[in-house]
Amino acid sequence: MTGTARSAAESGAGEIRCAGRVLVPGEAEGRVLLLRAPVSLWGGVDPASGRISDPRHPDCGVEVAGRVLAVPDTVGSSSSSAVMLELLREGTTPVALLLGRADAIVALGVLVAGELGYATIPVLEVPGEQLARLAERRVTVARDGTVLGR
Amino acid sequence: MHLSAAERALLNGEGGPAAAMAMRLVAAAGGLLGAERLVEITSAHVDGCLYHGDGGVEFAERLVEGGGRVAVPTTLNVGALDLLHPARVRADAHRAAMARRQMDAYLALGCAPTWTCAPYQVGHRPGLGEQVAWGESNAVVFANSVLGARTERYGDFLDVCCALTGRAPLYGLHLAEHRRATVVVDTSAVRAELKRRPVFYPVLGTWLGLEVGGAVAAVTGLPQDVPEDALKAMGAAAASTGAVGLIHVVGVTPEAPDLETALGGGEPERRIALDGTALRSALDRLSTTRSERVDAVAIGSPHLSLPEARRLRTLVAGRTLRVPFYACTNRAVLGALEDEGAVHDLREAGVDIVVDTCVVVTPILPDGGGVLMTDSGKFAHYGPANTGYDVVYGSLEDCVASAEAGRVIRDEGVWA
Repeated sequence: MTGTARSAAESGAGEIRCAGRVLVPGEAEGRVLLLRAPVSLWGGVDPASGRISDPRHPDCGVEVAGRVLAVPDTVGSSSSSAVMLELLREGTTPVALLLGRADAIVALGVLVAGELGYATIPVLEVPGEQLARLAERRVTVARDGTVLGR
Repeated sequence: MHLSAAERALLNGEGGPAAAMAMRLVAAAGGLLGAERLVEITSAHVDGCLYHGDGGVEFAERLVEGGGRVAVPTTLNVGALDLLHPARVRADAHRAAMARRQMDAYLALGCAPTWTCAPYQVGHRPGLGEQVAWGESNAVVFANSVLGARTERYGDFLDVCCALTGRAPLYGLHLAEHRRATVVVDTSAVRAELKRRPVFYPVLGTWLGLEVGGAVAAVTGLPQDVPEDALKAMGAAAASTGAVGLIHVVGVTPEAPDLETALGGGEPERRIALDGTALRSALDRLSTTRSERVDAVAIGSPHLSLPEARRLRTLVAGRTLRVPFYACTNRAVLGALEDEGAVHDLREAGVDIVVDTCVVVTPILPDGGGVLMTDSGKFAHYGPANTGYDVVYGSLEDCVASAEAGRVIRDEGVWA
């Protein structure tokens, strides 16, 4: 394996800058929703409502649509690519995904959306400790993977 | 990432538009996973045939229109319909039509109509060291762990792209260095008597997935003759609660004749032990209610093997099940049961046999919710979110007794 995430966070005057590794390029702006536990999109997020739907998940019921979704870890089903595609097709999608660990299953859903001509979102790998510092901040995500939090 | 001349030719459209799109996605996945090149595969198992929405149908039909054809033998996971019993699934006209179109598209690509999450029990058994590309989390764990084949955890879309190109990104569990265990899991504190019971294995898997996440574990202390169906149940549960792709069972699975071999000569990063408290906590997690009420029973996730179905037949003989009892399996097992005259016996007792799909991926359970009892760790995990039912976990014996009594009956003694 090559390409381990290189990411540096600097904080000063309330501003945070991280360099995420780009899995799917794109630009986005929104408020970070940091999930408190790993999630499987299949069985965990409902594309019709854009909400966390796993009753065992501590964030069950929380809306992911329109947020910069920060996921410390993804687990479970290989159907999560398909759920990601449906979130994008339904327009109930987060505006960006920041993953604590690169996950081809989720990223593939976004890449397929691109092949089908749907609007896509940026997907970045950002180390977990930096995700924690971004929680609830308004951030901009740049094409080069820079995440700027205010 | 390095691509061979043949791979670049596919990318340039020499194999048609579908193969080009498939190669673009395989290469993109390889890039984001940090693979240096692709590896040729000998088979694929495709999970993408289950309807989740119209996007998946559009994708599959795009591949068919582009002249797509699988390059390696490819089996199919469950669809959203029971094609042999069309009235089984409650779906509106749109959903039923789209689910059918999606299943048909995958057949048009040349995949085999196995429609099962246990392809490894209907003859698709790659050998030790074979490079394959499999989807469906339980099948991935089984192929890697029990068969010693090499696959990463392929999601929908990438699985069929690998099948169309005959290639997969060379990374992760395709490589020997990522297959060595980094966590040692000691089960010696669990009583031998419990380890002989099928009900133990989904609980072990649930705990394991929560504990190890995406790491490769080497489990010690399990009986040398642990049945294949127990390993299947353990893997399915572990892949539900964790991103588990490979579990070595020391003395049992092919890459773990002993602990040293499973560890690849290295030192583990972590050693954990399953104690009574952890076992109880994993068991409790599998039920979301303490109610005595039971409205339906579902078994067969992963799909029942022939030995499991025979065990069910023995257990229900002479009994009348009072609540709906769904046994999910595949066409191959159904055919074998028919040949044995078992289907009649099972239906007579009140067992509903579901094929090609299962009750947690598509609406089959009676509308309105309630309490679902199961002996499957995977059903117990996904049931609440996907069906709206609360779940109660128990052994197969508990499930049959409860269905007969119309209230939850569990043998708590085995956990004492």
